[in-house]
Amino acid sequence: MTENLNVFAVRTLTQKEYFAPGHRSCQGCAEALAVRLVAKALGRNVIIANATGCMEIVSSPLPYTSWRVPWFHVAFENTAAVASGIESALKVLMRKGRIPRKKIVTLAMAGDGGTADIGLQALSGALERGHNFLYICTDNEAYMNTGIQRSSSTPFGAATTTSPAGRVQMGQITWKKNMPAIAAAHNIPYVATACPSYPIDLVQKVKKAADIEGPAYLHILSVCPTGWRSAPELSIKLGRLAVETGVFPLYEVERGQYRLNIDFQKLKPIKEYFKLQGRFRHLTDDMIKEIEKRIHKEYEELRAKAGKGV
Amino acid sequence: MGKRIGMEVSIAAAEAVKQANVDVISAYPITPQTHIVEHLSELVANGELDAEFFCVESEHSALSACVGAAATGARTFTCTSSQGLALMSEITYIASGLRLPMVMIIANRTLSSPLSIWNDHSDVMSIRDCGWIQFFVENGQEVYDHVFVAYRLAENRNVLFPVIINMDGFILSHVIEPFELIEQEKIDQFLPPYQPIYRLHPDRPVTMGAFALPSIFAETKKAQEEALRSSMSKILETWEFFGDMTGRYYHPIETYQAEDADTLLVTMGSYSETASVAVDKMREEGRSVGLVRIRLWRPFPFEAFKKATQHAKQLVVIDRAISVGACGPVGSEVKAALYGEAQRPSVFNFVAGISGRDVTPSDFIKMVDKAEIEIEEGNKEGYEIYGVRG
Repeated sequence: MTENLNVFAVRTLTQKEYFAPGHRSCQGCAEALAVRLVAKALGRNVIIANATGCMEIVSSPLPYTSWRVPWFHVAFENTAAVASGIESALKVLMRKGRIPRKKIVTLAMAGDGGTADIGLQALSGALERGHNFLYICTDNEAYMNTGIQRSSSTPFGAATTTSPAGRVQMGQITWKKNMPAIAAAHNIPYVATACPSYPIDLVQKVKKAADIEGPAYLHILSVCPTGWRSAPELSIKLGRLAVETGVFPLYEVERGQYRLNIDFQKLKPIKEYFKLQGRFRHLTDDMIKEIEKRIHKEYEELRAKAGKGV
Repeated sequence: MGKRIGMEVSIAAAEAVKQANVDVISAYPITPQTHIVEHLSELVANGELDAEFFCVESEHSALSACVGAAATGARTFTCTSSQGLALMSEITYIASGLRLPMVMIIANRTLSSPLSIWNDHSDVMSIRDCGWIQFFVENGQEVYDHVFVAYRLAENRNVLFPVIINMDGFILSHVIEPFELIEQEKIDQFLPPYQPIYRLHPDRPVTMGAFALPSIFAETKKAQEEALRSSMSKILETWEFFGDMTGRYYHPIETYQAEDADTLLVTMGSYSETASVAVDKMREEGRSVGLVRIRLWRPFPFEAFKKATQHAKQLVVIDRAISVGACGPVGSEVKAALYGEAQRPSVFNFVAGISGRDVTPSDFIKMVDKAEIEIEEGNKEGYEIYGVRG
């Protein structure tokens, strides 16, 4: 993979900011970076439905807004349904000649809680109905906005305020819900994972997803220094390590075909990723080994699906 | 004058939605609302209505999709009942706060538990304070008429509120009634295409649904409250226009034999017609009884209600819902409305007909009998769940 070239290629992106600076996200928030890149990739012809969560709160304190594109927040669990309404309205209003015909992307955006937990039903419904929209889950692996409570997207072993590392329980005791697989199971045309540490890959996927007719799902790992107990300046590095250790592989599922965007013959030790995050601090070497085994198994399964397996 | 034809009320409601040229319909099936969405599906499937119709996976999503569509500038419709309304209740508050015009018909049905599919008003009373304009209709013609009234009102730039049309489940929704349908040309004149002030569109980006800190929340809520109260004049105006078009004039409070009556029945919804039969019978016996019917529930027509009841000695308010641990919601509203009056009637509050139990003319007479005796004996603020064993 042309990892180093991407560092320069990012400068080819538009200078325009549709998610304006001055919002209130934490230092080192990779989610804000992801959203900024998504907005750049989509340009001005977009309508965003945003679930309740960090991105909503940091960008829209009445009477201010960080959005230079049409943006709509309704509630937490219904973003996909709201997007269904927006997409349907655009379709019928253009058909009836009440607004001019042009391509407008309907984007639904939610965090991991708003996607994998409370918003899963609305998302599943919208994917099944086949609305022409793009759904982006910015996954920071817990309910960060309310104070770092565990979600079904929190990785095994991570300490959160509701899956604390105690004397008898070592943080989260369930495995991260595989949202991209759930989205892909709806047989939608496009599913992909991305991470803002790989900005060009992310932007390309957003553009591809927006161009595809029908529902598309993009799952973006978004490093959260506040919730992960990591140094803000390490967010990009952590995103890379998540990919390089196999914790968060970058792949696409295009009309059912899996493709690994970056494949590693040898994954980095997961400990390199864990040791930079306070949420994994309590884990023993043995536990890390156990987690690593499962991560490697899942990575191999993914490679097999992508036609690279044994 | 349109022709009169027999039709099931739910079918007529769907026909009205078609005539209103609705753009987006999003709904989820629940008894007894189903016939409306079934007929709308047929109309769309047959090409008689050019709309985006989609069946969502829950009522919560049904209203959420309507909110998205309305914000994009489409005329939207949904309908529900009971548990479905309870599930979408979160979004009812948001739709009003966002000032998004849309229309929802509720085929009123009991809220569980115990589970019951039959009619009462407990479903809509659970969202009483959500900030929608709320009508309670008495018969099928009123349902049909109010679809047009509701859209014109909701989309009025001095109103911009979502509107609920409450019709009693089964008792109205599944009954065949004669309808006077309105010619399409008249509807098109009464209800031109919706032109929003703001819509979600890239040509003129807006942020909708921003959150409010305590420093600004109260101001936004006050603005919403004042706007809903002041929608009253537009409601009256819209009814006036509608009356001029059809000859059917509607008012927030309807009265029957009420002018000189000592005792007034106060009702809401379909059993008002039954109550008027009871009034006739009591009048034949020489009793001084009349009927006051509340058609507009929110904004509550305080002035009209006070005016209609100012000469009465006693009100027998009949609720089709219970505010458990208090009394009937209409009962408490009526008492609040009259509290400031120097001379106010006694108010006896019955709850009757919950979960679809029949309330016959003789039941109304028995309730009046009981209230008059109790009030005579000094129980001036009585409350009773009528006709219940045990």
